Amino acid sequence: MLTVDGLSSAYGRIEVLHGISLDVPAGEIVALVGSNGAGKTTLLRTLSGVQPASAGRIVFQGEDIQALPPHARVMRGIAQSPEGRQVFGPLTVEDNLRLGAFRRWDDTVRGRLEAVYTMFPVLAERRRTPASSLSGGQQQMLAIGRALMAQPKLLLLDEPSLGLAPLLVDQILAAVVDLKQKGITVLLVEQNASAALAIADRGYVLEVGRIVHEGEGRALLQDPKVRAAYLGV
Amino acid sequence: MAGLVPAIHVLFGDEVEHVDARHKAGHDDVRVCGAGCKVMAEFLQLVFSGLTVGAVYALVALGFTLVYNASDVINFAQGDFVMIGGMGTVFLMAAGVALPFAVLIAVVAAVLVGLLLHRLAIEPARGASPVALIMITIGASIFIKGVAQIVFDKQFHSLPAFSGTDPIAIGGATILPQSFWVIGGMLALVFGLWLFLERTLIGKAVLATAANRLAARLVGINVTVVLALAFGLSAAIGAVGGVLVTPITLTRYDVGTLFALKGFAAAMVGGMGNPIGAVVGGLLIGLMEAFGAGYLSSTYKDAVAFVAILVVLLVMPQGLFGRRSVERV
Ligand SMILES: Nc1ncnc2c1ncn2[C@@H]1O[C@H](COP(=O)(O)OP(=O)(O)OP(=O)(O)O)[C@@H](O)[C@H]1O
Ligand SMILES: [Mg+2]
Repeated sequence: MLTVDGLSSAYGRIEVLHGISLDVPAGEIVALVGSNGAGKTTLLRTLSGVQPASAGRIVFQGEDIQALPPHARVMRGIAQSPEGRQVFGPLTVEDNLRLGAFRRWDDTVRGRLEAVYTMFPVLAERRRTPASSLSGGQQQMLAIGRALMAQPKLLLLDEPSLGLAPLLVDQILAAVVDLKQKGITVLLVEQNASAALAIADRGYVLEVGRIVHEGEGRALLQDPKVRAAYLGV
Repeated sequence: MAGLVPAIHVLFGDEVEHVDARHKAGHDDVRVCGAGCKVMAEFLQLVFSGLTVGAVYALVALGFTLVYNASDVINFAQGDFVMIGGMGTVFLMAAGVALPFAVLIAVVAAVLVGLLLHRLAIEPARGASPVALIMITIGASIFIKGVAQIVFDKQFHSLPAFSGTDPIAIGGATILPQSFWVIGGMLALVFGLWLFLERTLIGKAVLATAANRLAARLVGINVTVVLALAFGLSAAIGAVGGVLVTPITLTRYDVGTLFALKGFAAAMVGGMGNPIGAVVGGLLIGLMEAFGAGYLSSTYKDAVAFVAILVVLLVMPQGLFGRRSVERV
């Protein structure tokens, strides 16, 4: 579904991604793990088009989308739930969700909204409150829900478990598995490597801007080098 | 710059004497106005005058707010849209165009100037520092005034009042019918803007862009289009304000400078980026100017805005209503 080939990206003159290549097959959960500052967020930003690439290709469903602006990528079916949630704080929960459908505005919006509310019932209870007044976990659900409103084929999730209580982490990851069952392909970025790799079909390990390990999710979990470096065992 | 004549001449003293004379002459329908009433009447007169100019400052401040929220740019060409609205209507009417059409064409022209400003000056400098962008808008403002001198002229101009010039007496003070047009027009524009922002998807997209630009881009909002929209809307709002107030204050190619200064002061007082603050700030600056001119001296009328900006910067940088809240992770 998504093929990234030799992708580099820089902030000003400082290059932080050095020729990343990876594959996200349709219908799978692919986990991208790596420590602080490895470049995971930068990679997702580059995939969504909010950060320019300095080299390489991004091919989505056979089309090179490298030169497309962010909104065109959303229309192709790539949506992102960004790091730090980035909800529209002053707007209501429901407005946040509706804006997720900004590029998919048709008569199915109502139904999609109900689907998100079914998935995260707490959002339905708080649909009229400003997003800024939600708890961290609720904002995370909102950010994921907002991305789903775009009816993505490929969902990019950046650290959905960051700062959440363990029970909520489990709930969010269960939701991710659920999405896969509904046919959505997921690229999941996590510092919480063991949790991410446990639900992933494939995994990539990123280290200062380079892919250093790749393989099946469970295989990576067992890999002694990966375990030593990222799982703290 | 001597562009702005007070909205209403404060001649209540003579009027009261006049009223007294009529009363002595046996006109029973005229109330006697004592000293307390006189003070009250003067006060009311200044309130009317302040609210009228304040309404225009409010519109200019709303323009600042719209553009600032969409982009963090402070557009100092904002006042020039007021000028284009007024001068455009004056010259179109002189060319024989009926008032409603003249207004329409002048407002559309202002919108085009706003869009061009965005397209030719702001958009190419995308990513430049806010200070650099502010310098660009100041340069654009000077350029617009230069062109206006050539397209129009250097004279003061006025427009006929929309519905007569007979002052309406309220509580011993008088108010010009045109003042109702100005204040009513301001309220209508504010309401229209509110409807647009709160009740349409595009309006929500503008609010979303103001709240979090990264998230706006990620959901597929084209923030360049939103910014162009903000420039176009703020130009339209300013131009309508210019049309409404020109019958009272006169206009000239360079009146935009003072309107920008005062609208900026209003936006600062209300809290930059806060639309309600912009309206309240505009009315406050107008009122302070009127009271300053009425009770102290009209010499320092234009200093009110400067003082307001300084006080806000030194004492309450957030303004009365707080700045637009910046998203925090
Ligand atoms: N806006 C920015 N400007 C300059 N450098 C940046 C910026 N954002 C990130 N970086 C740098 O780019 C590198 C990669 O950062 P990135 O946020 O992509 O890492 P990450 O893997 O997502 O880290 P984390 O796990 O902390 O989220 C880091 O060295 C970081 O300091
Ligand atoms: Mg990150």
